[in-house]
Amino acid sequence: MSTRTFGEPIKRNEDRRLLTGQALFIDDVELPGMLHAAFLRSQVAHARIRKIDVSRALQRPGVVAAYVAGDLGDYWQPGPILVPPPPIEGIVFHERTQVPLAKDKVRHVGEPLVIVIAESRYIAEDALDDIDVELEQLAAVVDLEKALSAGSALVHEDVGSNVSAYVRQTKGNYASAAARADHIIKRRFWYEHGISSPIETRGVVAQWDTRANQMTIWDTTQAPVFVRNGLAGMLGLNERQVRVIAPFVGGGFGPKIMMFYPEEVLLPWVSMKLNKPIKWIEDRLEHFFATTHERGQIHDAEIALTSDGRILGIRDVFLHDGGAYDPYGLTVPINSQCTLLGPYVVPDYDSTFTQVFTNLPIVTPYRGAGRQHGVFVMERLLDFAAYELNIDPTEIRRRNLIPPDAFPYSNEIIYQDFEVLEYDSGNYEPVLDMALEAIGYKTFREEQAAARGQGRHLGIGVACYVEGTGIGPYEGAKVQVQSNGKVSVATGIGTQGQGHFTVFAQIAADELGVGVTDVDVVTGDTDQFYWGAGTFASRGAVVAGNAVNEAAKVVRKKALKLASDLFECSEDDLVIEGGKVSIVGIPEKFVKLGDLANQANPMRGAVEPGTEPGLESTQYFGPRMGATANGVHAVIIEMDPRTFELKILKYVVVHDCGTVINPMILAGQIHGGVAQGIGNAFYEKLVFDDQGQLLNASLADYLLPTALEVPRMELAHTVTKSPLNPMGIKGAGEAGAIPGGPLFAQAIEDALDLKGRGVELLEIPLSPSRLFELTRNAKR
Amino acid sequence: MKPAPFKYIAASSLGDALALKAEHGDDAKFLAGGQSLIPTMNFRLARPTILIDINKIDGLAGIRASSGATRIGALTRYRALQRDAAFAMAFPLIGEALPHIAHPQIRNRGTIGGNLSHADPASELPAIAVALGARFRVQAAKQERWVEAPDFFVGALTTGLKPDEMLVEIELPLAKPRTGSCFMEIARRRGDFAIAGTAVIVTLDERDECIEVRLAFCGVGETPIDASSAADALVGNKPTETAIIDVAKSVQAMIDPGGSVHATADYQRHIAGVLTERALQTACQRARDGH
Amino acid sequence: MDIDHHDITVSVNGKQYRRRVESRMLLSDFLRHDLALAGTHVGCEHGVCGACTILLDGQPIRSCLMLAVQANHHELSTVEGLTNPAGEYHPLQQAMHDHHGLQCGYCTPGILMTMTAFLDENACPSEDEVREALSGNLCRCTGYQSIVDAVLAAAMRMRS
Repeated sequence: MSTRTFGEPIKRNEDRRLLTGQALFIDDVELPGMLHAAFLRSQVAHARIRKIDVSRALQRPGVVAAYVAGDLGDYWQPGPILVPPPPIEGIVFHERTQVPLAKDKVRHVGEPLVIVIAESRYIAEDALDDIDVELEQLAAVVDLEKALSAGSALVHEDVGSNVSAYVRQTKGNYASAAARADHIIKRRFWYEHGISSPIETRGVVAQWDTRANQMTIWDTTQAPVFVRNGLAGMLGLNERQVRVIAPFVGGGFGPKIMMFYPEEVLLPWVSMKLNKPIKWIEDRLEHFFATTHERGQIHDAEIALTSDGRILGIRDVFLHDGGAYDPYGLTVPINSQCTLLGPYVVPDYDSTFTQVFTNLPIVTPYRGAGRQHGVFVMERLLDFAAYELNIDPTEIRRRNLIPPDAFPYSNEIIYQDFEVLEYDSGNYEPVLDMALEAIGYKTFREEQAAARGQGRHLGIGVACYVEGTGIGPYEGAKVQVQSNGKVSVATGIGTQGQGHFTVFAQIAADELGVGVTDVDVVTGDTDQFYWGAGTFASRGAVVAGNAVNEAAKVVRKKALKLASDLFECSEDDLVIEGGKVSIVGIPEKFVKLGDLANQANPMRGAVEPGTEPGLESTQYFGPRMGATANGVHAVIIEMDPRTFELKILKYVVVHDCGTVINPMILAGQIHGGVAQGIGNAFYEKLVFDDQGQLLNASLADYLLPTALEVPRMELAHTVTKSPLNPMGIKGAGEAGAIPGGPLFAQAIEDALDLKGRGVELLEIPLSPSRLFELTRNAKR
Repeated sequence: MKPAPFKYIAASSLGDALALKAEHGDDAKFLAGGQSLIPTMNFRLARPTILIDINKIDGLAGIRASSGATRIGALTRYRALQRDAAFAMAFPLIGEALPHIAHPQIRNRGTIGGNLSHADPASELPAIAVALGARFRVQAAKQERWVEAPDFFVGALTTGLKPDEMLVEIELPLAKPRTGSCFMEIARRRGDFAIAGTAVIVTLDERDECIEVRLAFCGVGETPIDASSAADALVGNKPTETAIIDVAKSVQAMIDPGGSVHATADYQRHIAGVLTERALQTACQRARDGH
Repeated sequence: MDIDHHDITVSVNGKQYRRRVESRMLLSDFLRHDLALAGTHVGCEHGVCGACTILLDGQPIRSCLMLAVQANHHELSTVEGLTNPAGEYHPLQQAMHDHHGLQCGYCTPGILMTMTAFLDENACPSEDEVREALSGNLCRCTGYQSIVDAVLAAAMRMRS
């Protein structure tokens, strides 16, 4: 195939509508007669519901309806399990999924009790005050270790404990590795990831048209096809009666792929009941409770090494806070378990986790999806090993990198895609070298000493990671040449800013010899493309992109066949370029692609049985397993040794995601991921009290990094193609966000000379206040 | 998050506004810049039944000189204060603090009177007002009184304003010669509320000995804290490094911060000391160099 | 209490609108739903994220912190008014496109309004000054670097 635009920083097709304020986001959907929903949500984390009385609310002018769980009849049911437990021996999994409205019990602050429908959101919120609720408060389960102790309150009484899942995976035999080891390092780590907090919150608009017998749902979902299928089933409709449209979505980052959220399930039901369009837009306060989180894990980890720093084995036992329900199965902790291994040779591995029910909002993947936690454990263990063995921290990493001739490299345990964790390709050492060169590692100690002479405390951090991307099951794409010569591409995934309208256009444009701006891409509309899984796990470009490629290749073949019939020549004598098919060397002998498309859809004559009209093709791509990308981040920071304020002086990312389709869009993904990694490491912390109340539920107190906290970043990349798909690409969406935690821990320890003072950083997020508390009793 | 219903009245004059407030008392609130009030109304934490918009009242904004002092109308927006070069020169403490107050979009609407009346414990201007020895002119329909800054701030988000009163003017005494000032704060991000902030004013005599030291803090108590007495030992002496460190220690002993989601009380106490040292050093240097 | 309504006249992007609004209607909602100018976006309704930033008499403000009724007799500028009558981009819009300064595009209108006003007053900003001016607008997608590049590029173009 031609790769005219591959690897080029092609500017985005989608920009104009976004830059001029013309793009349709969910709250821009306006329908005649539309009503508005608001939810009465639990103010306490754990309680029995004694009474809900909506009668006063119903009397308020402008209020149309108010429903509680009992009003839903058979429609009320726990949501489906979205990701079943993987086929791991000995796995324990207690499925308890969320419900549309709480019945009998509430299990986290923000769980919805009542849905109110009114003429405006303003009136609906007024009506919430009219509702009488009696809750009998119960002790809240918040602390992970206390949750598992005898006598703890139970989030789900019928489970008999607060264990949501228990998984042990092993590779080799850690005990024998430990017995042989020269050195064993054991630590307890606490890692908390935060919330996605996109600038656009969630929203749903449901419109039941009783005369057309058709349900249309606009939804800020990353998985419109699955939402369509599930809701059709729940509503008793045929799939083709339901259309789910994910319009422009203002940031996804993972929690918008959680499905069958209460609001998603209720709005269509209400619309059918009232025969009116209904809109619900999550406000920012709701977002802190109503949209899923990532949160924390506690790891008791140990690493067995030789005296020259080679890893013999790792044993890790961890607790994972899953929240009040577990609809997303074990994706997040399995990612932690698997990604801990990183780019290193770990011959023996013994990893056990317990996913714990707590009276806190549900945990589902958020950019990185649990990889951060595992990477923190491994990188910190290596840092402590380096210190104790007196080996440079980057050298100890180098010694353990999987060598380039060892691929495909199997880690034997099961990954989130239910396949054995196998890295398809990789060449790790050059990435480390480039990062060290870019950050100025060799000369840094001198600079650090000179700065210290001026009273300035500089520190350096280097962290390595891998990212499992591009997993199945599959995606599909339909590519079609239209009679005006423009190409249309439709695929089932949704878009939340990743540039799909451009990247997919590039793939089709290159194959079909048209301009990128002549390719019109439709995503996220189940009427335009029926099948697909969704945008998650850094798979959009890999899986849907490859589907687009396959479909475009077929269309190209069809065009060449038609033209060769037309010109009565061999297909090898033809070239497609500039929207035309012409004979090599005789450019005057051409036919426009649009005309070929017309000829393939005749008004008269015949279409041969066994062929299709038109110049189009629908193809699917389902990779056998995920492709593993990798990277190294390096940072130089300055710390104020008295106030513990932090400033980033230099930030470098070297990354390998195989073939790069659009380096500009790739850079944007890395930049955004790094910003979230910085937020996770030093700014964003969910502060819950022991009653499960979130104390910082506002953007004034949940601190997202601004343009003053995120530095200029230097990016570089290497290309180690993936053998798993014809384009050789790997995903990159989450890479920037993954190693921020250990990177900052290492750099801060270095800047403040903490290891020498007997202080180790074993937790993320950090903050100036936390660093003060951790160091106040230090040796010096 | 939409506000609860209320009746909106755009007051055409100060008398009009004060009469309405007298009539409705605590059920009514004045709407100035709205940058503190409207968020609390959107969260439904504040639910005034009457909102009296004072933005169109003449004469309530502006900076003017008045015998030995400067008077600032309560409706003067932060933006206007930032752009008044003469004001910034006369009151560098405020000029230094303004970039720490929220962000430009907020400063385009927010007013000094609104900020002071809101009395957020972490807010910069109340502490600066205390350090500067500001007086506030407070008006009701039929009377007016002057309140010294420390008496104005009574508790967290609570002022000494009676239900029928409005803060209408802030009077700042002019600086004496050989006076240096410094405002410093620690916040998680620029523009966030201070975890601790200090406003320091030092006046030196011709021998570089301290005549007066004013020291006030935001963020470490329910109200701005006047910690000037911690610097008593400096008065009559040269401000040496050791002397300054002692002042910092005294400040730490004086204050009783409450901690927050962003910082422990001990961290607040710790940085109050660090800020004291650094701000005092800078203020003394500026006094010596002459503003 | 009876619903409190007010008649207002507002000029938006040079066009006059006369409407009747409830006193508590936020300016952000008024623009988006009453005037169908949905380019201004809502991110938080507590004045922090900046997505709702518009110009009031030429100055950037948070439209979620203002009541529609307060806009009476004022001139508002929103993102819809940035292109010229021929539909051509403002230099900052062009620069944002050239430098990939937007991904999901949700925070973009607020950033455009904040930074076009900034550029009108700062012809030659440093990177630090740009970042400071930008610090009141949250973006969760871009990490800000491309936006900063776009603003600096637009400033250069506007100077020539």
